[in-house]
Amino acid sequence: MSDYTALTPDDLATMLAAIGVDSIEELLGAIPDDIRRSEPLDLPPGRPEQEVFAHLRDLAGRNTSADDEITFLGAGMYDHYAPALIESIILRSEFLTPYTPYQPEISQGGLQAMFEYQTSISELTGLPVSNASLYEGPSAVASAAYMGKLANDRSEFVVSRGVHPHARQTLATVAHGWGGRVVEVDLADGVTDPDDLAAVVGPETCAVIIQQPNFLGAVEDVAALTAVAREVGAVAVCSADPLTLGILEAPGRQGCDIVVGEGQTLGNRLDFGGPSFGFLATTDAHIRRMPGRIAGQTTDADGRRGFVLTLQTREQHIRREKATSNICTAQALNALAGVIYLAWLGRQGLPELGELMLQRTDYARRRLAQIDGVTLLHDQPVVREFAVRLDAPVDDVIAACQDRGVNPGYALEHDYPEYAGGLLVAVTEQRSRADIDCLATTLGDVLATWRSPLAGTEVTR
Amino acid sequence: MTAVTDFTQTAQQREVVATIFERGAPGRRASQLPTLDVPARPVDELLPARFRRAEPPRLPEVSEPEIVRHYVRLSKRNFDLDSGFYPLGSCTMKHNPKLHERAAALPGHARLHPLQRPERAQGALELMWNLQRGLAEVAGLPYVSLQPSAGSHGELAGVLLTRAYHEDRGDAREIILTPDTAHGTNPATVTMAGYRVVNVGTNADGGVDLDDLRVKATDRVACLMLTNPNTLGLFDPNITEIARIVHEVGATLYYDGANLNAIMGISRPGDMGFDIVHFNLHKSFTQPHGGGGPGAGPIAVSERIAPYLPVPVVGRTDTEDGAVFTLDVDRPKSIGRLRGFHGNYGVFVRSYAYICSLGGEGLRRASEIAVLNANYLRALLRAPGIGEYLSTPFDRHCMHEFVVSGGPMKRALGIRTLDLAKRMLDYGVHPPTVYFPQLIDECLLIEPTETETRETLEAFAAIIAEILGEAGESPEVARNAPYTTPVRRLDEATAARRPILRQPL
Amino acid sequence: MADEHYPAELRYHREHDWVRVEGEEAVFGITWFAQDALGEVVFFEPPAVGAQLSADTTYGELESVKAVSDIYAPADGEVMAINDDVVASPELVNADPYGAGWLVRVRLTNPAGVDDLMDQTAYTAYLAGLDQA
Repeated sequence: MSDYTALTPDDLATMLAAIGVDSIEELLGAIPDDIRRSEPLDLPPGRPEQEVFAHLRDLAGRNTSADDEITFLGAGMYDHYAPALIESIILRSEFLTPYTPYQPEISQGGLQAMFEYQTSISELTGLPVSNASLYEGPSAVASAAYMGKLANDRSEFVVSRGVHPHARQTLATVAHGWGGRVVEVDLADGVTDPDDLAAVVGPETCAVIIQQPNFLGAVEDVAALTAVAREVGAVAVCSADPLTLGILEAPGRQGCDIVVGEGQTLGNRLDFGGPSFGFLATTDAHIRRMPGRIAGQTTDADGRRGFVLTLQTREQHIRREKATSNICTAQALNALAGVIYLAWLGRQGLPELGELMLQRTDYARRRLAQIDGVTLLHDQPVVREFAVRLDAPVDDVIAACQDRGVNPGYALEHDYPEYAGGLLVAVTEQRSRADIDCLATTLGDVLATWRSPLAGTEVTR
Repeated sequence: MTAVTDFTQTAQQREVVATIFERGAPGRRASQLPTLDVPARPVDELLPARFRRAEPPRLPEVSEPEIVRHYVRLSKRNFDLDSGFYPLGSCTMKHNPKLHERAAALPGHARLHPLQRPERAQGALELMWNLQRGLAEVAGLPYVSLQPSAGSHGELAGVLLTRAYHEDRGDAREIILTPDTAHGTNPATVTMAGYRVVNVGTNADGGVDLDDLRVKATDRVACLMLTNPNTLGLFDPNITEIARIVHEVGATLYYDGANLNAIMGISRPGDMGFDIVHFNLHKSFTQPHGGGGPGAGPIAVSERIAPYLPVPVVGRTDTEDGAVFTLDVDRPKSIGRLRGFHGNYGVFVRSYAYICSLGGEGLRRASEIAVLNANYLRALLRAPGIGEYLSTPFDRHCMHEFVVSGGPMKRALGIRTLDLAKRMLDYGVHPPTVYFPQLIDECLLIEPTETETRETLEAFAAIIAEILGEAGESPEVARNAPYTTPVRRLDEATAARRPILRQPL
Repeated sequence: MADEHYPAELRYHREHDWVRVEGEEAVFGITWFAQDALGEVVFFEPPAVGAQLSADTTYGELESVKAVSDIYAPADGEVMAINDDVVASPELVNADPYGAGWLVRVRLTNPAGVDDLMDQTAYTAYLAGLDQA
């Protein structure tokens, strides 16, 4: 085993003598005997590196990864291609192993990357200020809601049911602490109806929260929904997928005060759900209510351009109980992957990627709609993801498809009882026409088997 | 680490590095996308124009080599743990084993979708279950949630758990106590969770002032948030009495795990009487910090708090075919979710690898050497030539970190702690944490960690002696430092007065 | 930055705020000592015009790069104007704390309260006491 320490017996003797004690045990004298352990921790003994690696490889081998099946699973995290240059850059020690840039003179690389990241997020969202990252998408939605509370001190949060279920649940958890009330607006034909929203909001509404595209993959009418929020003086929040913002209008130009979202689609691994990053951008009016680190441009003593963490008086280490948030460690490395990915895609690549997804998703949607036992759950415009309804038990169908090497998507009914049999299908640029055809064939076969008189003998596991 | 006497810099080292937006040329690109292999339909039919973006976002237009050179150049303007000593107090900058990156990159981990059905993610769930168990053992508390994303997120979870616990008993409370030496995250969390902060004082030995605590611990108090050892690096020997006082009024005792690296395997928060513990996996369990994340902030709790844990929790059922691992979401008293999916799994892989490598005895040895290294460095800084300028406020052995005060230095030499820190940059070491805790005048908080050699600690002390000696001759050298870094001291006031937070495009 | 001084025509509050009485109106600001302790001021969060200020309570905030300071009203009054120049250029508080760096102008609602404040001699003695503590 290695514990990565360097102490030799000679070192120990020298150091104890310099300190003026006879043993390390003596240094621990402040710990009373009754809470100081004499027996070792009940953990397996330490192992050499090669054995630990073998163990972790064995564990990895017992997972079905996106390399092991043709996957159409999305629902918040997506199998996009991350180019090799991202890994080669973010695994450099100089980016991988520093702490938060508290000493700007020796952190210009990380700080400038944050500034470039903020510039990218501002450009995508259409809002003038971005922070340097938050933990991930759903908690970023809760952070935006808390900004709303700091802005107008109202207590009701109106959330579309098109917002990711994890985001709605996270908001409910956190808002309970500060006394907020969460009200959900049902979807009508796959999208949030502005009239339904208008019927719910009122003078107590702190913030209105929508998602673009929404959880069912549908493109929302962001401008119409934010207009409803503004009417009652509520803060308009949109959770957006940044990768779709090459073709979808920037929510910031459609009246949103705060745009947040999950950054995994920007060059980050699936990683079984994390780490990825959350982003948050807003208007100048809310700048001092923003959570998290923010990089800013300035000059050094010789007048050269440089970058620092700025507006720090918002933060916990200075303002303590009056801070805008408690966040400190966020996701700098993941955000770096994000800005590198955006540079790689570039000005032409992002809209192209959006259009490629648009075409392939439409193709997949039409292919699936032709299958006996499949109907569209809604026919709204979609970019990368769409929802269908199966006339068979969806969990069993998914399992049967997976046995044939295709993961058809996500079962909606666990989060949306109103969509029994619902299947959410994501088509990233990694899924070719052949993959989509394979999905259609497999799903068709499985449904046909299910609908045959022998149903239950072949499909049931 | 050698003394820097040459204050001149080559033009290249001091260049202003263009941003990625200032590079490239219109029409240039790095990415090539798969070809459209399905029948193309008019975009207008797929996505009405009113939803579409009129102009493409003004992202960089650069080639792949330009991107690589740009970010490699930026990387050279960072100081990092792999390059040198990083004794940043309360941050536990210990070595990040290289094995961890290799393991985390395995496709079975890195390319696993979080909504993969549990029966096809048994390896990941077993890893999480084993990590839960390992952390529970280190904490001395039986139940663990891996969900929180960082220490501050773990704190929020802990305070919301406290709220759920009291509400479930019909016993709503409104105050949370924190010591005046607490990390800023503690009071910030308290407010976010809808409580009011009341500070508890510090006694002459650097511990919690028990008399003050007894006065302030009332039946309106929900929780006392504490770290032990505290932010001064001192173990509070009265901890069991503190726990008794807090529990007597029905409050919970919360352990801020930022300083856990002092006591792994030596003493357990659960045994001290804590009800809730958060871990900073990016500190004690060595996740590379990435220049400000990612990390992870799992929590461990006692039996009475367990029903309220956030969902999901990884469970294990033993069957005839072996153990089966599940994601348990059906927990009626749970506070709910704190984020999407199951937590920062990629971080779990690394910290689990660390626990596997060290085992129980290795974790204890790591903490013991962390304490030894801190006390040795503290002894070196008390030696003549340094000790008269940097005072060590508490005359006790420290744990894994310690504070010194630059007050005497300021008075005798006319340089401040900030100047000392900035001059260190010229010697290729990262300065300790400055101006925290605020209780100590001109404070430096120093945490060497167990993975540093004796020679490194001695070299660091020698650097400090040299800077102090130099300041005795000419204090302006330190006051204007650094000299050898990619930029000189930066104008933070102007940055805050007139914020420039993005590049005009 | 200005040199340390405490004008004789002002009255001083123990939280290091000053008041200059001009008939029924008065101007508030912070003292040289306060701006020196805070460091380079980067932001002024003013009260609303029309706000009622009570003596000894906070009415706004000043921020430096790494600190936040509450500002205390030395007397009761209604805000008639705020110093927009300081909002735009907070460094005026450092450069000229008693002149261009004033913060708010109020209509005094209890002018007699000003008599309880320290004069120049008392305040400098008060500062000397702080220095020894």
